[in-house]
Amino acid sequence: MMRFLEVVRRDLRLALRQGSDSIMVVTFFVLTVVLFPFGIGPESGVLERVSAGVLWVTALLASLLSLDRLFQADYEDGSLELLVLTPASLGVVVVAKVCAHWLTTGLPLLLAAPVLAVLLHMNADGFGVLMLTMLIGTPILSLIGAIGAALVLGARRGGVLLSLLILPLYVPVLIFGVGAIDAAVQARSAEPHLLILTGLLVAALPLAPWAAAAALRQALE
Amino acid sequence: MSFDPGLPSFSGTGLGCIRGGRVVFAGLGFSVAPGEALVLLGPNGSGKSSLLRVMAGLLKPAAGSLAWGDSTIADEPEAHAARTHYVGHHDAVKPVLSVAENLRFWARLHDPHAARAAGAADRALDRFGLAHLRDIPGKMLSAGQKRRTNLARLLAAPSPLWLLDEPTTALDRRSIAELEAVFAEHRAAGGMVVLSTHMDVALPGARELHLDAFAIEEEDGP
Repeated sequence: MMRFLEVVRRDLRLALRQGSDSIMVVTFFVLTVVLFPFGIGPESGVLERVSAGVLWVTALLASLLSLDRLFQADYEDGSLELLVLTPASLGVVVVAKVCAHWLTTGLPLLLAAPVLAVLLHMNADGFGVLMLTMLIGTPILSLIGAIGAALVLGARRGGVLLSLLILPLYVPVLIFGVGAIDAAVQARSAEPHLLILTGLLVAALPLAPWAAAAALRQALE
Repeated sequence: MSFDPGLPSFSGTGLGCIRGGRVVFAGLGFSVAPGEALVLLGPNGSGKSSLLRVMAGLLKPAAGSLAWGDSTIADEPEAHAARTHYVGHHDAVKPVLSVAENLRFWARLHDPHAARAAGAADRALDRFGLAHLRDIPGKMLSAGQKRRTNLARLLAAPSPLWLLDEPTTALDRRSIAELEAVFAEHRAAGGMVVLSTHMDVALPGARELHLDAFAIEEEDGP
């Protein structure tokens, strides 16, 4: 547990000092969402209809941006070898790194989402559920992303390969995230969607770090 | 500081390693008892780094096994990590963290008792002549200073088994002499040192392992 906190603290400190990742992710999120009113016209009815989908698809793409750095920097400077050789299990280290990644990228996305929802004329009934789906969904993105980030270590053009590997796996999160918001806007119960989303998180929490740890060991062989 | 006098020896039997479809070495055995040092010798590509990575547990041997006393290391990788310090080619120094922050992180990760680790980290910085650089960010360090920061991990958290892959790279004469003194103290305390080197590092009474003796002759040349 101490080691877990130590890795989280180090990664947060690194992210704060370098600063670029969080800002880049949120800026990408905001700019891309702002493009939609220009592209499909400012009619509030049309924007409202697509708002949930636009927010979620853009959030997926934004979270992909920073993923290739998740293990890459540690891999390049030799830190990853030492992290693998710590007395803690590698899974714990992976969860700690994913946790720090979510705090620096997922959380800012979550905070920016309601502002952008206003811009897209999203129905006010959907706001609470939007936040809730983001809260449950963005950690899943970081967790699944960690598997991809570990698999592409050492590959050339890793960022592109990562997108190809990971985007298909993001589809369930997208479907149930958007489904929950649409249900809330149409005054239906969002609960089934939210429960499935939570189920995905509960499944990803042990499986993704385990898979990512195996991929990291492979990358260092 | 000294280690438990009943420390078992670290040994390997029948080790084989295949890299990129080529057998690097086969049938290799070694044994290091507490207080002993083992120097790995051999030309480039003879498998010194691979053997150290196998010893550290980063690389699975293609054949053979490693043992700590009577217990097989493959069965308890975390216990092995706790008693081992591995220094590889990379220095694992983060450019935006200061020297002290870099070192403390690794020390605390190895020994979670934060206060104890912090004290040991400060002493380790002193020992390697880094005390005046403690608040300098890693990106400002020279290659030799980075290497010393990496080597300071050895003292920042105690571990009996040190595995060092060419630790003298980028070090000046004075630092090498200091490193030799650190090795001598570590061995006097009952620790073990395994290192590969191209330079002469004074390790009195160290055993030598010539890796070319375990190379497999290729049937068709390049």
